[in-house]
Amino acid sequence: MALYSEKVMDHFKNPRNVGVIENADGVGEVGNAKCGDIMKIYLKIEKDTITDVKFETFGCGSAIASSSMATELIKGKPLADALELTNKAVAEALDGLPAYKMHCSVLAEEAIKKAILDYYEKNGIAYDKEKFAESECHACH
Amino acid sequence: MEAYMDNAATTKMSSAAIKAMLPYLEEEYGNPSSLHSRGQKAAEALESARKMVAECLGALPKEIYFTSGGSEADNQAILSAAMIGLRKGKKHIVTTAFEHHAVLHTLLKLEKQGFDVQYLSVGKQGNVSAEQVAKAIREDTCLVTMMTANNEIGSILPIAEIGAVCREKKVLFHTDAVQAVGHIPVNVQEMKADMLSMSAHKFHGPKGVGVLYAKSGIALTNLIEGGAQERGKRAGTENVAGIMGMAVALREATNHLSDNMKKVSALRDKLIAGLLKIPHCVLNGDPVHRLPGNVHFCFEGIEGESLLLLLDEFGVQGSSGSACTSGSLDPSHVLLAIGHPHEIAHGSLRLTLSEYTTEQEVDLALDAVPKVVERLRSMSPIWRDKVNGNKPFIL
Repeated sequence: MALYSEKVMDHFKNPRNVGVIENADGVGEVGNAKCGDIMKIYLKIEKDTITDVKFETFGCGSAIASSSMATELIKGKPLADALELTNKAVAEALDGLPAYKMHCSVLAEEAIKKAILDYYEKNGIAYDKEKFAESECHACH
Repeated sequence: MEAYMDNAATTKMSSAAIKAMLPYLEEEYGNPSSLHSRGQKAAEALESARKMVAECLGALPKEIYFTSGGSEADNQAILSAAMIGLRKGKKHIVTTAFEHHAVLHTLLKLEKQGFDVQYLSVGKQGNVSAEQVAKAIREDTCLVTMMTANNEIGSILPIAEIGAVCREKKVLFHTDAVQAVGHIPVNVQEMKADMLSMSAHKFHGPKGVGVLYAKSGIALTNLIEGGAQERGKRAGTENVAGIMGMAVALREATNHLSDNMKKVSALRDKLIAGLLKIPHCVLNGDPVHRLPGNVHFCFEGIEGESLLLLLDEFGVQGSSGSACTSGSLDPSHVLLAIGHPHEIAHGSLRLTLSEYTTEQEVDLALDAVPKVVERLRSMSPIWRDKVNGNKPFIL
């Protein structure tokens, strides 16, 4: 059996939405170099809808694929939908990840939430703090 | 086109070795412990292989114990020395911080049983000196165990000098020579090694077979109990075909050693020189005392697993001490031991060559690696931070 599914390899080799959005409405960076994964998500938001999304990732194949898939899943979606995106949904959309790589999908979920949080805070928009409970990258500790 | 550059992981078998194995799989399949003629033919083959291996290492046939590979040999050597030490009340062991896990994990087990293990630092270049060893040896030292050459970064240790220090101080000396045998001169007399481990598949022999050399007079402790094979020190019907394959591969490697070393190190040097042109990288390991086939780099701003996977798309098959390839989040203990921060240690690439490597394969790697590094850096947020001056470059 191959290390990764065909979908993971496709999104790793041909990542969608790589890059930077200048003057992004929301930016979220999670992970750290010590763990070997950093994910950064840039959002363009108009009328509570994600009109554009880009990412940059330092990390393994599944981290890059997870970022790519996560950006595809939220592009053009209302913020409310993006906030509901779970790491499981990212992993499932990739036809699964090896168990020890699941934290890559967690990073993708967290990076998106952090970027949306950044947007809310920059614009003084009230938000439900429950939805942004600080989660730790457990694998790093 | 493909470039297999993971020869430190395993090698292609030599056709001479395969040919040597076949008769013992097809016709001469007897058990060397059987008394009938078919069994005795296998026993003769086993002893001829033992003699061949002994000659290549400068040992006596009775000092050669066939094992399932390098890990078993490492385990048995270290546990045997520990048992000998225990009987004399000596529980101090000297090793290095960058041994193979077969050594480190065995030592960890001994630490839990009350042994005091001292890990010598290996410095930025990844090497130790005989002086460090001399300073570390105490009255209660029962073993010095040090690899002949490092499996990741390719440093060759001054084993003959270390062996001389141990012999003078009357301390048992074991060397894990898994990466060295068949690639650089290895002679147990010159190294003054009391025990040595090696593995056939690292020098174009078959997998699943190795050797523990133990100097005559050293009381080995069994890992596997059972029959009286290997003079009672390693039970289990011998892997006759594999052992024959190993002996023939070793003889072949020994006979062509100087030619191969010249050829492989020239390819290595070409590859190193080409990769050094990539900005913000570092060659790891001892630049002078280095295995002929080892090329090991860290590239700033990228992660090793994605580097390997993209290289594979170009046909270049390498390896990485990167955490993500091993299923743990900690990068290689070897790269941390030579002082790299985690961030740098994550971006490692090991390309290991053999005498089967061609110049075209080296050229393929020289074309692919810079492209892949560039591509991964272009999507790396920490690389952007460094280029924009928001974070300092480390390399």
